[in-house]
Amino acid sequence: MIVAHLSLHDFRNYESAELALSAGPNVLVGSNGQGKTNLVEAIGYLATLGSHRVSGDAALIRAGRDTAIVRARLQHAGREMLLEAQLNRSGANRAQVNRAQAKPRDLPRHIASVLFAPEDLALVRGEPSGRRRFLDQLLVQLSPRLAGVLADYDRVLRQRNSLLKSARAARVSESQLSTLEIWDERLVEFGSEIIGARHDLVARLRPHVAEAYERIAGPDHAAELALQLSILGVQPEEDGAQAPTLAEDVAPADTVTAFRAALANVRRAELDRGITLVGPHRDDLHLVLNALPARGYASHGESWSFALALKLASAALLRAESPIGDPVVVLDDVFAELDESRRAQLAHAVGDYEQVIITAAVLEDVPSELTGRTVRIVAGRIAEDGQ
Amino acid sequence: MYEGIVQELIDEFGRLPGIGPKSAQRIAFHILTTQSFDTTRLAELLAEVRERVRFCSICGNVAEQDTCSICRDPRRSQTVICVVEEAKDVAAIERTREFRGLYHVLGGALSPMDGVGPDNLRFTQLVQRLADATVTEVIIATNPNVTGEATATYLTRLLDQPGLRVTRLASGLPVGGDLEYADEVTLGRAFEGRRTVEA
Ligand SMILES: Nc1ncnc2c1ncn2[C@@H]1O[C@H](COP(=O)(O)OP(=O)(O)OP(=O)(O)O)[C@@H](O)[C@H]1O
Ligand SMILES: [Mg+2]
Ligand SMILES: [Zn+2]
Repeated sequence: MIVAHLSLHDFRNYESAELALSAGPNVLVGSNGQGKTNLVEAIGYLATLGSHRVSGDAALIRAGRDTAIVRARLQHAGREMLLEAQLNRSGANRAQVNRAQAKPRDLPRHIASVLFAPEDLALVRGEPSGRRRFLDQLLVQLSPRLAGVLADYDRVLRQRNSLLKSARAARVSESQLSTLEIWDERLVEFGSEIIGARHDLVARLRPHVAEAYERIAGPDHAAELALQLSILGVQPEEDGAQAPTLAEDVAPADTVTAFRAALANVRRAELDRGITLVGPHRDDLHLVLNALPARGYASHGESWSFALALKLASAALLRAESPIGDPVVVLDDVFAELDESRRAQLAHAVGDYEQVIITAAVLEDVPSELTGRTVRIVAGRIAEDGQ
Repeated sequence: MYEGIVQELIDEFGRLPGIGPKSAQRIAFHILTTQSFDTTRLAELLAEVRERVRFCSICGNVAEQDTCSICRDPRRSQTVICVVEEAKDVAAIERTREFRGLYHVLGGALSPMDGVGPDNLRFTQLVQRLADATVTEVIIATNPNVTGEATATYLTRLLDQPGLRVTRLASGLPVGGDLEYADEVTLGRAFEGRRTVEA
């Protein structure tokens, strides 16, 4: 699937922009702060209904305006499709598919993109929450039903935390606390489903990550990943540094049983602290490079390469499993961070995707095999559309 | 912001469920500018509704007497009770004309975030209605969302007694629509919840 044309109105710093994109590599070039990332962010918005930079849509609407519009013409298997998202400062967002009214959440079904940006370094160096978000977003792209399960888990979690908090403040009657068991049951039901789905995803992702890392860094580099489950007693958010060895990567034969046991174990502590201490909201994706944890050990370039490998692996997985063909691969400011040989390897690794969009401040940073089509961006305008 | 009383009216409408600031403003200006709009009639109704309408002492449905018209109707089956969250759910089920038993309105669903626990819902009254064993089936028709499901689970445990059948409304795909228009979350979850059918 490719984005053949992108139109923006009052999106970020664009008042109005029309951009034709071609299959294969496209390079957006321009000085800092001109609007390169904003353009690719718009594509990412259609695919995920969110931005990789901010939560909430307000920052995406041009300052002083009330409505932003992102429109994309897609091509897949010889057919065209028109998607439109209308972001409203007040009131609900709207969407259109082929000019017919649709729900915003219908959009991602037709467009997939994998965006790699400097922020993704946090996948390796940052908090577990970023890695959970990475897994969950990919899960939803591959299996939309899970969006409902994740949302329900979150609702149950907030209800349960609220009950624990009022129990701690002793503002709660005996009979109300007796309902804790009911929330436990729901937490275990949705939570186990999430753990199972993530586990399965990590297993499918693993070979792609190892392969992508090797492609970028060369042989003799082993990138591994494993889920760390809080219901098995691993509490990543508690200890600052990660355990130096790869956690045993076994899904509990019976997640439900393990989950229930874990809840019973931490019951006292939960009542003391007023929060839910175990479950998928406390799990982590453990990244290991050459038998050492990536977080805290890997060099800057290695961390970059690992984050990139995670993104390339998601692209490979989407390509293999999605009915809409290749995702659009977006590399935002990536090449400036890599050495000569890794640049060439990366160019090679993305070279055969249906469409690749690259942003760079300096064109010379982009390997020449990717510079076929170049577009210059100046202050929120498509200044020069070189074919 | 508007001056004084106009803004007060907008704010007051804005406090109603389901009405955002824009709708509140639209309603307020409709009332202000539409000559044919009878404000006295609306004011009277608002004043009277609290006075006249009560909640049925048996089932908790809205009623104009001590008990509601459903509880007073001798043609209705006295052996089945359908438990719902709100009185508006009674109206919704009545529209189907499929159910000829009695109701019990809980007055909400378990929701610790909103400070609603078992003591805030009409569970005790329900248990009392079951005491003389006339009722043989309770149908749980709470909403198919997180709080409704939690309430259903609570009820299932509370009502676990010999001689009483407890059932739950099936939830899943909206009927009357085409499969192709069901969104993937609903359709996907309906797949997960599929059942074996008997030949
Ligand atoms: N809602 C908005 N309204 C108006 N301008 C905005 C809005 N959001 C962002 N901008 C402006 O857009 C510009 C940033 O654009 P963008 O992030 O795309 O830059 P870039 O070309 O990717 O630069 P760099 O090379 O530094 O990454 C900033 O100048 C910012 O002030
Ligand atoms: Mg940028
Ligand atoms: Zn009644």
